Amino acid sequence: MVLKPLVIAGCLLISGAAAAQTGQVEIKDAWARATPGKAENGAAYLTIVTPAADKLVAVSSPAAKKTGLHTMTTEGGVMKMRPLDGLDVPANQPVTLKPGGIHIMLQGLNEPLQAGKSFPLTLTFEKAGERQVEVAIEKTGAMGPESHAGMRMPMPAHR
Amino acid sequence: MAQPPANPRNPPRFAIVAIVFAALLVAVAGVLLALAVRETPRGAAGTALANAIGGPFHLIDQNGKAVSDADLKGKWQLVFFGYTHCPDACPTALNEMALALEQLGEKRGEIEIVFITVDPDRDTPEVMKSYVQSFDAPIIALTGSPDAVAQAAKAYRVYYAKHPRADGDYDMDHSAVIYVMNPEGRFTATFTPDSTADAIAQRLQKLIS
Repeated sequence: MVLKPLVIAGCLLISGAAAAQTGQVEIKDAWARATPGKAENGAAYLTIVTPAADKLVAVSSPAAKKTGLHTMTTEGGVMKMRPLDGLDVPANQPVTLKPGGIHIMLQGLNEPLQAGKSFPLTLTFEKAGERQVEVAIEKTGAMGPESHAGMRMPMPAHR
Repeated sequence: MAQPPANPRNPPRFAIVAIVFAALLVAVAGVLLALAVRETPRGAAGTALANAIGGPFHLIDQNGKAVSDADLKGKWQLVFFGYTHCPDACPTALNEMALALEQLGEKRGEIEIVFITVDPDRDTPEVMKSYVQSFDAPIIALTGSPDAVAQAAKAYRVYYAKHPRADGDYDMDHSAVIYVMNPEGRFTATFTPDSTADAIAQRLQKLIS
């Protein structure tokens, strides 16, 4: 039989893909806002789900000269943006980066982020290693990923 | 008073004192305002506080035209201080303001959005122009010399400071507040920059009616 090994290989592939979804760090709904005019900096947001506690330790993208984790806080009425060394991700609790909090800062954009386009982003986790995602660029005022355009909060896109 | 960490880029001591004082003023103003707004449905205009925020400034708009506080009178104004290198909170605030105005229907024309930079070194009129064009509402974008911007910030009790980063670049810390000024140029209410468009629109409806 020639078919049998193929079927087995196919099953292995499918189960492998399923494992990638359930057994490892998963990055969902990666999105960024189109940057206004010639703004030099942009911000990207996403949701991280991991089956085992991990830590996001680095981010990088060819879209900008520098890429890093930033947090935005308001202390005593004063807004402050500060770099973050890393982001702890607890097991099985989705961590969502969204406007007004922790964001991935793209500093010194090589070209403006234009709505409808996308760019690659690499996330490095302490344990899980590197994950690459494609970041969808939404319009300047977007508050969440495109699949929920018009809604006020970013939500998981796939059900 | 706590000594700042040694850093050659730190401002002189008097500046720190001034900044701390300014921050305190902002905090006190916020508390007073919360009380004033709660008790007067039409906002703080007419209270002592209304005189404490806002005042003379002379800046340049995104088309290179001189704009003073007097030029803005005649319309309600949403005044927000920020900077174009801010990728997160500033676009959020400007966008919510733009969306709020869309909800106001025929009253839309009675309100202007005024965006004043706290980063005059980088935010030239050209930079401001390209930045505000991306939003769904006309925005008056103001910059000027460092002194002129400092004067405007002082008038509005806005604190701002450069925060140097390890890579030699800098971010701006700045007071996070949207001021509502009435057509006489009197301070009337505030919003926090994370206010939703719906919340802003509802409050503006009440104030303007």
